[in-house]
Amino acid sequence: MSIFIEAAIRAVFVFGFLLVTVILLVWVERKFVSDLQNRVGPDRAGPWGILQTLADGMKSFFKESIRPTNVEVALFVAAPIIALMTALLIFMVVPIGAPVEINGTEYALVGADLNVGLLYVLALSSMAVYAIVFAGWASGSKYPLLGSVRASAQMISYEAAMGLSLVPVVLFAGSTSITTIVEQQQGTFLGVFPAWNIVLLPSFVIFLISGFAETNRAPFDLVEAEQEIVGGYHTEYSGFQFALFFLAEYIAVFNISALTAVLFLGGWSGPVFGPAWIAWVWPIGWFLLKTWAIVLFFVWVRASLPRMRYDHLMSFGWKKLIPVSLAWIILVAIAIGIRDFGLPWS
Amino acid sequence: MTSREMMHRSESAVSIELQTPDMTLNIGPQHPSTHGVLRLVAKVDGERIREVEPVIGYMHRGYEKLAEVRTYAQITALVNRIDWVSGFASEVPFILGVEKLMGVEAPERAQWIRLILSELARISSHLVFISSYPLELGATTPLMHSLREREYILELIEEVTGGRFHPNFNRVGGVKSAYGGGSTTKKQSMDLPAGFFKRTSEAMDRMDKICDDIDTLVTGNELIKMRTVGVGIIPPDKALEFGLSGPNLRASGVAYDLRKSDSYLTYDQVEFDVVSRPGGDCYDRYLVRLHEVRESVKIIRQAIDMIPSGPLQAKVPRVLKAPKGHVYSRAENPKGEFGYYIVSEGGKMPYRLKIRSTSFSNLTILPWILKGQLIPDLVAIMGSLDFVLGDVDR
Amino acid sequence: MLNQYYGDYVTVAVFVAVGAVLVGAAIGMSKMIAPRAPGGFKDVPYESGIEPILGGWSQSHIRYYIFALLFLIFDVEAVFIFPWALQLEYFDSIGRGMFALIEMFVFIAILLLGLVYAIRKGVLKWE
Repeated sequence: MSIFIEAAIRAVFVFGFLLVTVILLVWVERKFVSDLQNRVGPDRAGPWGILQTLADGMKSFFKESIRPTNVEVALFVAAPIIALMTALLIFMVVPIGAPVEINGTEYALVGADLNVGLLYVLALSSMAVYAIVFAGWASGSKYPLLGSVRASAQMISYEAAMGLSLVPVVLFAGSTSITTIVEQQQGTFLGVFPAWNIVLLPSFVIFLISGFAETNRAPFDLVEAEQEIVGGYHTEYSGFQFALFFLAEYIAVFNISALTAVLFLGGWSGPVFGPAWIAWVWPIGWFLLKTWAIVLFFVWVRASLPRMRYDHLMSFGWKKLIPVSLAWIILVAIAIGIRDFGLPWS
Repeated sequence: MTSREMMHRSESAVSIELQTPDMTLNIGPQHPSTHGVLRLVAKVDGERIREVEPVIGYMHRGYEKLAEVRTYAQITALVNRIDWVSGFASEVPFILGVEKLMGVEAPERAQWIRLILSELARISSHLVFISSYPLELGATTPLMHSLREREYILELIEEVTGGRFHPNFNRVGGVKSAYGGGSTTKKQSMDLPAGFFKRTSEAMDRMDKICDDIDTLVTGNELIKMRTVGVGIIPPDKALEFGLSGPNLRASGVAYDLRKSDSYLTYDQVEFDVVSRPGGDCYDRYLVRLHEVRESVKIIRQAIDMIPSGPLQAKVPRVLKAPKGHVYSRAENPKGEFGYYIVSEGGKMPYRLKIRSTSFSNLTILPWILKGQLIPDLVAIMGSLDFVLGDVDR
Repeated sequence: MLNQYYGDYVTVAVFVAVGAVLVGAAIGMSKMIAPRAPGGFKDVPYESGIEPILGGWSQSHIRYYIFALLFLIFDVEAVFIFPWALQLEYFDSIGRGMFALIEMFVFIAILLLGLVYAIRKGVLKWE
């Protein structure tokens, strides 16, 4: 099969999977939050309101995209596209299950197993901030401008910590390919505990916190803080262009959840039961279970916490997360040294 | 221009310090955190506010002027629309003033009913604050929880007065009788709905519980503390200077409460503490209000035990006319001191009605307190002052 | 091996293309369906319901620049740390692990020193 056709098929699968997931994700978030707040939540469109997101999405197609007078047209149009594209592309390196064998050929359940997968993720998530900065700047309006300045300040405070938090994972796996990192987490530790990277607890915590900041989710949703700067960067966006931002944000949430599951919770690893023809479903199930657990954690945090002030956020990033992750890298490196050489005095 | 001149110019251009010009930002009238239509013209440098100028009047309804062509009985329907979050509480000082002017005194049971309803209005107003303040800081859940509890209070008010927001329940010399008549009917006034006190004390148990819930959800929350502790500090002298009153003043350490210091209705017969906090920051203003809910619950519980039976309405003439004179009447509203200055030239209508509305006086501190703050703090400070735009613009 | 290496990037390119087509098609569809009636007050940039005073752009304070510089340092540093993390096992296998380890300690110590210096200088204070 031509490599192009195979890649195109994979792309359609990955994007289709993401879009269906996002439709579910928005609904799950709204339902879960409404449960936490003693509300009913959406319940009109379809059973339990499950089609609500679809209805909202369809509606946005029929809405005018207003373009205010002051905008820089090219950037204004490009920004939501950048946002969505980067969100879509990040997921291509995340393996959603163990490789499956069909007719003797082994297919990896991943868009592409890049050997620089982790760096690719970091690069694209830095790209995502351009969308916000462009959107805010190109709007030619004051509140979006404040939003985009906040976005860049937030990004530079958390991007570095996020990158550093992944170094111990790379140290453990000796590779930046995400599939390799998952494979390294198979099996058990001392025979009982799963050998997940969750043992790198500080890394896990720092990555998750940076993930909240990267996706602009509460308590770090300063970029679109409604009570402070109205809608932030997307104040001037309407209609389908706004829907693109919305979509991108939720895909990003799912991406971060999936990455956390893959990098720290062992990805698809988990017990497999049953005959061979059903066994391939289990890894996908484990992956989805772990990912959705983190998605629900995101929603839970959003429902419980207020927003941070951005100078607190920045000093938290610079004075806590970065020094801690640097120190943690040293500790992990020493531990690996001991594992390979033994204790220095022995 | 000669080249020499050019050179001179460029040198001077280099030597002057580069300055970042301030951006003029309109916050309001259509902004999520201005509680309506307050407009702040802010000069901002990045997110630091250099100076701010409040612009009010977007919701001016001219109640003071309207009152000059209304009879005293009709004005009660206006005044509960000034601060709609606690409609009953703004009726009370007006009706007390009119009674003082006419030399009428309401029967004791009516006084107690006014007290209970005032305190219910206080709880309802503070619950709106307690729910909306975390929302302004970005937490969405407390809103749902405490607004639901407020519904029980509104139902109680509706049960007695017939209105959730605008009770229009006070009459000169008493409270509205259930027959819907005005001031003097030959018929015996009907009493409160059966079982009202039982339902009220049940609702008070709920209030205790929601206060505990809010305590766990908001009061101890580290992020809330980060946003509010030490933010927007109003020292006591400044608070007095700007004429703050109510919880805003008490949070600055001045334990001044009209219910105690200038007691009206039957507040001198119930026991309660004047809540005050020393800090004067946003967190203290929040805490004062939360504790006042508990105090109000205490007051209502006592009132239910102490309320005597008797008529609801004193004997007043069929046509209400006030003698020539003037009176200033004030009361401790949920938001602070609320006063009416009524001038009568004799006749059925007041000659002039001056409304000293609480939120307006509390807002005078805005330009001072917002100077040099960040935009997120602006939201926190404005929210903590707890104003209602209807009360500001009248 | 080389084929595999390029194959990965062909895949990325195809993903970008498919994504662009997808997003483009969606935008095109909405362009066709959605009404378009510019003009009037809805085209005025939002500023709390008031016509904006002056333009929508303003200069940012210099403090953002310093943060950006610091960020650059820490991001570039990742360029050094990631290859080191990848090759640590290799260094171990040729018996130079201790050298690699100590070398990185020195590097990170210098970085931390820089961060402490910045904090002590008050650069990271939001003023």
